[in-house]
Amino acid sequence: MRTRRPPTTGIGLGLATLYMSVIVFIPLAAIVLKSQHAGWSVFWSAITAPQAWSSLKLTIGIAALVTVVNVFMGTLLAWVLVRDNFVGKRVFDTLIDLPFALPTIVAGLVLLSLYGNNSPVHINIAYTRTAVAVALAFVTLPFVVRTVQPVLLEMDKEMEEAAASLGAGRFTTFRRVVLPNLYPAIAGGAALSFARGISEFGSTVLISGNLPGKTQVAAVQIFGLIESDNVVAAAAVSTALLVISLVVLVGIDVAQRWAVTRG
Amino acid sequence: MARVRRRFATVLAAGLALSLVAGACGGGDDNKKSSPTTEAGGKELPAAELALVAYSTPQEAFEKIIAAFQKTPQGKNITFTQSYGASGDQSRAVAAGLPADVVEFSLEPDMTRLVKAGLVADGWNAGEYKGMVTDSVVAIGTRKGNPKKLKDWEDLNGDGVEVITPNPFTSGGARWNVMAAYGALSNVGKDDQKGLDYLNTLFAKHVPVQDDSARKSLQTFVGGKGDAILAYENEAIFAQQKNQPLDYVVPDRTILIENPVAVTKNSQHPQQAKAFVDFLYSKTAQRIFANNGYRPVLAGVAKKNEFPTPKKLFKISDLGGWSAVSTRFFDPATGVLVNIENQLGVPTQK
Repeated sequence: MRTRRPPTTGIGLGLATLYMSVIVFIPLAAIVLKSQHAGWSVFWSAITAPQAWSSLKLTIGIAALVTVVNVFMGTLLAWVLVRDNFVGKRVFDTLIDLPFALPTIVAGLVLLSLYGNNSPVHINIAYTRTAVAVALAFVTLPFVVRTVQPVLLEMDKEMEEAAASLGAGRFTTFRRVVLPNLYPAIAGGAALSFARGISEFGSTVLISGNLPGKTQVAAVQIFGLIESDNVVAAAAVSTALLVISLVVLVGIDVAQRWAVTRG
Repeated sequence: MARVRRRFATVLAAGLALSLVAGACGGGDDNKKSSPTTEAGGKELPAAELALVAYSTPQEAFEKIIAAFQKTPQGKNITFTQSYGASGDQSRAVAAGLPADVVEFSLEPDMTRLVKAGLVADGWNAGEYKGMVTDSVVAIGTRKGNPKKLKDWEDLNGDGVEVITPNPFTSGGARWNVMAAYGALSNVGKDDQKGLDYLNTLFAKHVPVQDDSARKSLQTFVGGKGDAILAYENEAIFAQQKNQPLDYVVPDRTILIENPVAVTKNSQHPQQAKAFVDFLYSKTAQRIFANNGYRPVLAGVAKKNEFPTPKKLFKISDLGGWSAVSTRFFDPATGVLVNIENQLGVPTQK
C-alpha cells in the first residue's frame, strides 16, 4: 500500500534549504573543493604527512574513547537526575550545562591550573594524552545527558511495572525495556559528542602541550598549517575530519536503527 | 507611540550633549595649537578615521602613542579604529579584505604577504629604517634568581633542563626563537651542522610543551612548567611589569628582532596614515615603545644601559633573509623544522 506524502509546505522547505545552504552546505563544500584544489595526490600526502596523520589518529582515538565514557556516564547522570531524589538535584541539573557556557579556552585554563604543575589537588596530568581526554570529556559532557534525560522523563513507568509484574528483575527490566527506548537518544548524544570532540581546539590547545606526534590534536595541527600559509593542506586535513565525522554519524544512525528494530 | 517618541528625544538630546562636549574638547586643543612643544611640526590635517591593524603585543604602546598623536596639530582631527591579534592572523585578515590604513606585524613575512597581495607598496622597506618601527632581541627567561644558572644557549641543552617555546608552525613569532638559536650555535650560518644539531637536541630532549602562541608559552612557564622560556626581550619586560615572577638574560649571541610597519596602498586617507607612521618614528612615540620594552629604532631615545647591545648580535638578513629562511626551515612539507618535529612522534631510535 502506498501512503500519500503530506503536501510539502513550499515556503518552509525553501527557507530551510536556503538557510542550510548559506550556513552549512556552501561553507562545507568550499572546504572540500579547496582541499581538492591541487589534486588527489596532494590531498593524500597532506593527510598522510607524519604530523597530520598522528594528530588525526590521536584526535579520533581520544574522541572515540571520550564518547564511550560519555555514553555510560551520560546515561547514568541522566538516570540519576530523572529517577533519584536528592538534595541539590536542581543545582546539579543546572550545572550539567555549564561546560557549554564556558569559552573552551577558559575550560582549558581552569583544567590546567587544577591538574597542572601547580595543582592544588596534587594531580599533574598536564601536557599528556590523558589531559586531552579530560579536556574533551569536560566540553562534551552535556550531550548524552541532555539527549537521554527528556526521553527518560517522558517514559511510561507502566512499562517497567508490567515487566516487573511478569517476573523480570530490575536489571532485566532496565536492559530489555528501558534501554531499547533510550538507544536513539544515546546514539544521538554520542554522535554529537564525537563530532564535537574531534573538532575541539580551545580547551585542548593549552593543556595538551601541542607536541607534534604526541599530544597535538588535529585542530591545532590545522591551525599550524594555516599559519604556514598552507591552506590546501589545512583544507585537506579538515576534509578528512569531515569525512570521518560523516561516516561516524551515519554509522551511529545505522547501528541505532538496527538496535531498535532488534530490541 | 508617545513613549517611543520620548525615547527618541532622549537619545537625540544625549547625542547633542555628547557632540557639545566633544566640541568643547576640540576647542581646548585649539588653544594649545600655538604651543611650540609639539614635535611633529606638520600642518593640521583634515579629519579622518584610520584603521590600525597590528599584532597583539604593542597594544598598550599604541594606545598611548595614539593619545599622544592626537595631541599634535597633525593628529588632532584623526581618530582610530584598532584591531589587535596574532600577527599571522592579522596579516591574513587584511589580505582577505579587512580594511586597514596602517599595518604593523611581528615579522616581515606577514608584510611580504600583503606586498604579494598588492596591498602594500613594493618599496615599503626603502626608507631610513627599512620599514622597521621597533626592535627587540630573543632572550632567555628563567625562574626568579635563575636557580639553574642558565645564561647561554648551551646551558639550555644541559641535563634535565626544560625549555618552553611555542610551536614555530602555529606561532610565526616563535620562528625568531628558532633562528636565534640556530644563528648563535652555527656562528651565524657558518657552521650549519652545529646549528641544526643544536635545534634537534633542543626540540627532541628539552622542549616538553609547544604552545600555539608566545603568550600561551608565557602562561605555561608562569604556571610552573619548565626551567627556561625563549621569549622576546620586550615580552619578558612586559611580564615583569605585570609582576610575573621571572628573570631574563640576553645571551651574548642572539638575533635582532625587527617589527615592520607600513601604510596600505588602498588606504582611503594616505596622507593621514603617513603622518601617523611618521609620528611612530618621533622621539615621543619611540620613547613610549621603549617604556613598553621595545628597543627603539631611533638613535638617542634609549637611555644608557637601558638596552645593552649583545656582543654578537646578528640579523635575519645575516642568515639569508626571511624568504630563504622560511623556505629552508619552515616549509610545512620539507622544512628543517618539520623533520625535527616529525621525529618527536617516532619512538627514539637506539
